[in-house]
Amino acid sequence: MSTATTSAPVTAPSAGAPAPARPRRRLLDRLLKVYVWLILAWLFLPIAVMIIFGFNDTKSKSNVTWQGFTFKWWGMLDQDPKLIEAVVNSLEIAVLATVITTVIGTLMGLAMGRYRFRGLGTVNLVLFAAIASPELVMGSSLLSLFVSAGVQPGFVTVVIAHVLFSLSFVAITVRARVVGLDPSIEEAARDLGASTWVTFWRVTFPMILPGVISGALLAFALSIDDFVITQFTSGALQTFPLWIWGATRIGVPPQVNILGTLIFAVGVVIAVVNMVTARRRT
Amino acid sequence: MTETQADVEAVAPAASGPPPVPAIELDGVVKEYLAHGEVVQAVKGVTLTIAEGEFFSLLGPSGCGKTTTMRMIAGFEDPSRGTVRLHGQDVTDVPPNKRDVNMVFQSYALFPHMNVWENVAFGLRRKKVPDAEIKRRVGEMLEIVDLGGREKRRPREMSGGQQQRVALARALVNRPRALLLDEPLGALDLKLRQAMQIELKRIQREVGITFVYVTHDQSEALTMSDRIAVMNDGLVEQLASPREIYERPATAFVAGFIGTSNLISGTVDRVEDGCAVLRLGDDGRVLTEEGAHRAGDTIAVTVRPEKVMISTDEPAAGLSAVRGTVAEVVYLGLYNSYAVRLPGGTEVTVFQQNALDSTSTAERGDAVWLSWRPQHSYVIGS
Ligand SMILES: Nc1ncnc2c1ncn2[C@@H]1O[C@H](COP(=O)(O)OP(=O)(O)OP(=O)(O)O)[C@@H](O)[C@H]1O
Ligand SMILES: [Mg+2]
Repeated sequence: MSTATTSAPVTAPSAGAPAPARPRRRLLDRLLKVYVWLILAWLFLPIAVMIIFGFNDTKSKSNVTWQGFTFKWWGMLDQDPKLIEAVVNSLEIAVLATVITTVIGTLMGLAMGRYRFRGLGTVNLVLFAAIASPELVMGSSLLSLFVSAGVQPGFVTVVIAHVLFSLSFVAITVRARVVGLDPSIEEAARDLGASTWVTFWRVTFPMILPGVISGALLAFALSIDDFVITQFTSGALQTFPLWIWGATRIGVPPQVNILGTLIFAVGVVIAVVNMVTARRRT
Repeated sequence: MTETQADVEAVAPAASGPPPVPAIELDGVVKEYLAHGEVVQAVKGVTLTIAEGEFFSLLGPSGCGKTTTMRMIAGFEDPSRGTVRLHGQDVTDVPPNKRDVNMVFQSYALFPHMNVWENVAFGLRRKKVPDAEIKRRVGEMLEIVDLGGREKRRPREMSGGQQQRVALARALVNRPRALLLDEPLGALDLKLRQAMQIELKRIQREVGITFVYVTHDQSEALTMSDRIAVMNDGLVEQLASPREIYERPATAFVAGFIGTSNLISGTVDRVEDGCAVLRLGDDGRVLTEEGAHRAGDTIAVTVRPEKVMISTDEPAAGLSAVRGTVAEVVYLGLYNSYAVRLPGGTEVTVFQQNALDSTSTAERGDAVWLSWRPQHSYVIGS
């Protein structure tokens, strides 16, 4: 009864003229498709430009006008030792920070998802504050902290800073996974004779693994391209983003485009692998 | 094969020995929770003994403490007071992975990242059972629960009933001394539920393991159990065989919870041959077979609807007899259900079988006599 009365006004206009309803739906569908493609283009156009200009046979220092196709920059990747050093630094920092962040963040996510403890609200607040606070604020406060503590800025301080700002992301993605777990699954493992240790590695960890992986990927992505906080905490150390920033003052060499392309390609591969395995897991 | 026999032999002498060691004993077990700064008693002192090989049910309404009691047996909750003994050994402080009992969870709690075979093999792997034996025992167990050929499936690729059987196999393959089942059929539809009830009973007979079965479904408990503990509000109200619980409910709660029951209260008029007789209205009487009361006491009596006879003539002297008016007649196929209002306002439900020659079919509004034998009046503890 009630469904009939509520649906009547909705269907009434189209019921009078059923024929034009379909073309209109088709038009809407088409518009939606165009819209999606426009968004994708907007997102990927800069990346496409970056990739294309890696093949630009530019003669000047600035790589902004197309002057012909070439592979020569790919062969000259290792020409600039400073660039190579910066990339290696960035990768080392990112890997180290990701490992540390993933371990600490996973433990935090487990604790926060599983237990009610004194200070849980504060921890939540701090995590969100860490995400929401501007990098400028975090970077400058970290710098003053390191300076007042008498720590020499460099590799270690950058790793510490990267761990700090990506920790929240890992903790929150892992917690989301932990909250969704049925606690009786772990109890079942204990019941079947597994110790707490075995229960964690055989049951809990495989079940939260998707959350851990996405957290780790986020941490890596955040670390590899961080500029603001790194700038504050790096001292004399050069990372890839810092090096690019320095280079842009005299013009960006096409090697930067090529490295960007490579990093992007690695990112795409990881994302695809993650998607495929996640589909198989869940 | 040889081990199965060894197991049976190991159990047999203990069961036939002079004082058989009970499978499970709870002694004054209390469980308190701290909720919002207040102490809540989920279990208020349960003492019970479950024999080896018994099908034992914990029956009671939602929130009465069934799950909490079972979780204390499994070791997931520490009793606030009291002791838990398994096969004579105090296990109150033993963690769940060191207790020789297994549990089937209401939500099944299958490992989602493992296939059926890995799920069932999990317990044996933890006990470091040799691979060849794991293979054989898991295979056998999957045959028993009728899941042969589905070893490679993931839990989410199976129906509720199949998941249920995986959970059962996963627990039983360890040959625990007792199996704890917490409303294992709660998520299944009626038909599957009934099929699984029969299945569970068959499996229990086959493996000969003590089953402790939690349910709030009284018909399930009545059909499957050797003995039932009816729980209410953290306490065991009655612990007896299904027949006894049905025929002789010990408390008003049990009478009301199990089946349909009539509760009639009145004043003891006199004690005749050691049996109390209640007076009801002007000419009503309720005969009992108990005499622990004195004239003037107010007591309550229960009587099952199918024990009450309905007639227009005054009943014989040896029967309880009360007058009433038929307020409602419901035809239920196999029998009729009458609601008869007594002068005091109490309504009594009467079931009368639809025999071929049912002559005394009362109509709505008829004045009738209700009668029943003295042994069918059960005096309820206050
Ligand atoms: N962790 C807990 N903290 C506080 N109170 C609890 C906790 N667990 C159970 N309780 C309370 O203890 C009482 C008994 O709970 P229990 O789960 O044993 O009931 P139950 O008989 O299994 O009910 P159901 O049939 O609904 O499963 C309930 O009132 C419940 O609210
Ligand atoms: Mg329960």
